Amino acid sequence: MVTDLVYGLLEAVLGGMPTVLLLVWTLIKILVVTLPIILTVAFYTLAERKVIGFMQVRMGPNQIGPLGLLQPFADVFKMLFKELIVPTNANKFLFYLAPVLAMAPAFAAWAVVPFGDGLVLADINAALLYLLAMTSMGVYGVILAGWASNSKYAFLGAMRSAAQVVSYEIAMGFALVGVLMAAGSLNLTEIVNAQAGDRGLFEWFWLPLLPLFLIYFISGVAETNRAPFDVAEGESEIVAGFHVEYGGAAFATFFLAEYANMILISVLTALMFMGGWLSPFPAGWGLIGQPGPWWLAIKVVFFMFCFLWFRATFPRYRYDQIMRLGWKVFIPITIVWILVVAMFVHLKWLVPGA
Amino acid sequence: MSIELALFWFFAAIATGAAVGVISVRNSVHAALLLVLTFFSVACVWLLAKAEFLAIALVLVYVGAVMVLFLFVVMMLDIRTDIVREGFARYLPFAILVAVAMLVEMLALIGWRRMSGVEAPAVDPAAAAGVSHTEWIGQALFTDYLLPFEIAAVILTVAIIAAIALTLRPRKAGSKAQDPGRQVLVRKEDRLRVVKMPAERVESEGGR
Repeated sequence: MVTDLVYGLLEAVLGGMPTVLLLVWTLIKILVVTLPIILTVAFYTLAERKVIGFMQVRMGPNQIGPLGLLQPFADVFKMLFKELIVPTNANKFLFYLAPVLAMAPAFAAWAVVPFGDGLVLADINAALLYLLAMTSMGVYGVILAGWASNSKYAFLGAMRSAAQVVSYEIAMGFALVGVLMAAGSLNLTEIVNAQAGDRGLFEWFWLPLLPLFLIYFISGVAETNRAPFDVAEGESEIVAGFHVEYGGAAFATFFLAEYANMILISVLTALMFMGGWLSPFPAGWGLIGQPGPWWLAIKVVFFMFCFLWFRATFPRYRYDQIMRLGWKVFIPITIVWILVVAMFVHLKWLVPGA
Repeated sequence: MSIELALFWFFAAIATGAAVGVISVRNSVHAALLLVLTFFSVACVWLLAKAEFLAIALVLVYVGAVMVLFLFVVMMLDIRTDIVREGFARYLPFAILVAVAMLVEMLALIGWRRMSGVEAPAVDPAAAAGVSHTEWIGQALFTDYLLPFEIAAVILTVAIIAAIALTLRPRKAGSKAQDPGRQVLVRKEDRLRVVKMPAERVESEGGR
C-alpha cells in the first residue's frame, strides 16, 4: 500500500523523533483530507453553474477548457491576483480575521468525518458534539465580516445571517439527538455501523427518523445560507450581504467556506441518515451488496446536487417566514419525534446494527 | 517539561490574558471577542484534563450560541465606553470587596475539599467503568443527580417564561398581521374569477 510506503519512508527519516514523526504524519493526513475538499469545491462551483444553466435552458460556462472544465481555475486565479481593498474606517485586524474564522471551522469539522470503515482522521467518541460545536462557530466569520466592514449593508446581512444560523442550529441539534438515540453512540463510524443490516436501505435511519432527516437537511441548507434561505445576501435589498466589502482572495475564502460547509452537510446527511458507506442492497447480492466508500460518494453527490436543485427551483423565503419555519415548525416537530424515537428504542423496535 | 504541561501553560496564559483583556479594552466588541477567546482557551485546558464532553459542550453552548447573541446585542447597542467607565474610581472599593469575597469563597471551597479528604479520584471513573465520558456523565446526571438536574431545568424554564412575559407586548388593536395558517389554505377559487366575454370594439373611441 502507498500509505505504508510513505510511512516507512518517514519513519526512516524521522524515526529518532517520535513526536515530530507523529506531527508530520498527521499533517500529511490533514492534507490528504483537505486538498480533495478544495478541489471538490472548485468543481462544485462549476457544476452549480452548469446545473442551474441546464435547468434554466442556458449553456453555463463553456469557453475555458473543454466543456468549460478549466473555468474554476480561471476564477481562482482572477480572484487571487486582485488587490485586497480595506474600507477606510474598517477595523483592519477583524476585517482580515473574519474570512479565516469562517473557513477554519468549515475545515476543522472534517477531522471527524469517516469516509469508510476506519477511514477517519480522528476517531473520537464525541464526534457528533464536536461537529455541532464546529458548525456553530462558523457564524463568527459572518458576524465579524459584517461588523468590521463598517458598512450598513454588510452589517444588516450579518445580523440576518447570524439570527438565521442560531435559530436553525437548534433544530439541527435536536435532529442529531434523534440520531444519537437511535444509534446509541456519538461516534460517526458507530452511527453508520448501527444502520447495517440484512434489508439494505430499509435499515438506514432515514426511515425511522424521516422527519428528522428532512429537517436536518433543510436546516443544513438554511445554516449554509443557501437559496431558498439566502437572505444574508439580497441583491435588491442589501447588495451582497455580509461580504459586500470583500474582494479578491478574502472573498474567495468566504466562498470556499460556504461550499466546504455545503459538502460537509451533504456528507453528514449521508452518514447519519442514508447509511454512509453501506450498500443500499442486501449483503447477499454479491458485489453490489458490499459496503465501500463509493456508496458514500454517490450519496454525497446526490445531496450536493439537491443544494443546486433547490437553488434553481424554489423562490426565496421572506425573512419572517424563515424564522417562523425554524422556530414554530421545525423545533416542535423535532421535539415530538425525539420522544417517538425514545419510544422506538425503549420498545426495541429500533435495535442498532440489526 | 512534557508537551501536555507546555500546552497547559500556553492555553492558560491565553485564557488569563484574554480575561484581563475583556475588562480592560476600550472597544466593547473587542471585549466580547476576547471573552470568546477566553472560553475557547478554557475549553482547550479542559480537553487537556481529558474532560472532552465538558470542553465541547462549553464551545457549543457558550462560544457557539450565548456569545453570538451577546455580540449581536453589543453590536446593535453601540455602547459608549466612556460613559460606562465614568464611575470607575467611585465603584473601585466595592468591586475589590466583591472580588476578595469571591476569592475567599473559592479558596474555602478548595480548602474544604482538601480538609475533608475528598481527593480527585486517582483512576478515571469513566475508564474504570469501561464507558466513554459522555456516557458516564449521562449516567451520573440522570441517576445520582436527577433531582438537582430537574430543579435546574425547572428554574431555566421559569426564567424563559418570565423573560418572554416581560417582553411580550400584545398586538395593537386594528393592526394587520398575517396568519400563515390561513394563507396556506387559500384556494384559487376564492381569489380568482375567470370572466368569459366576447371580443368587442368600442366605436366611439375608434382609431386607437
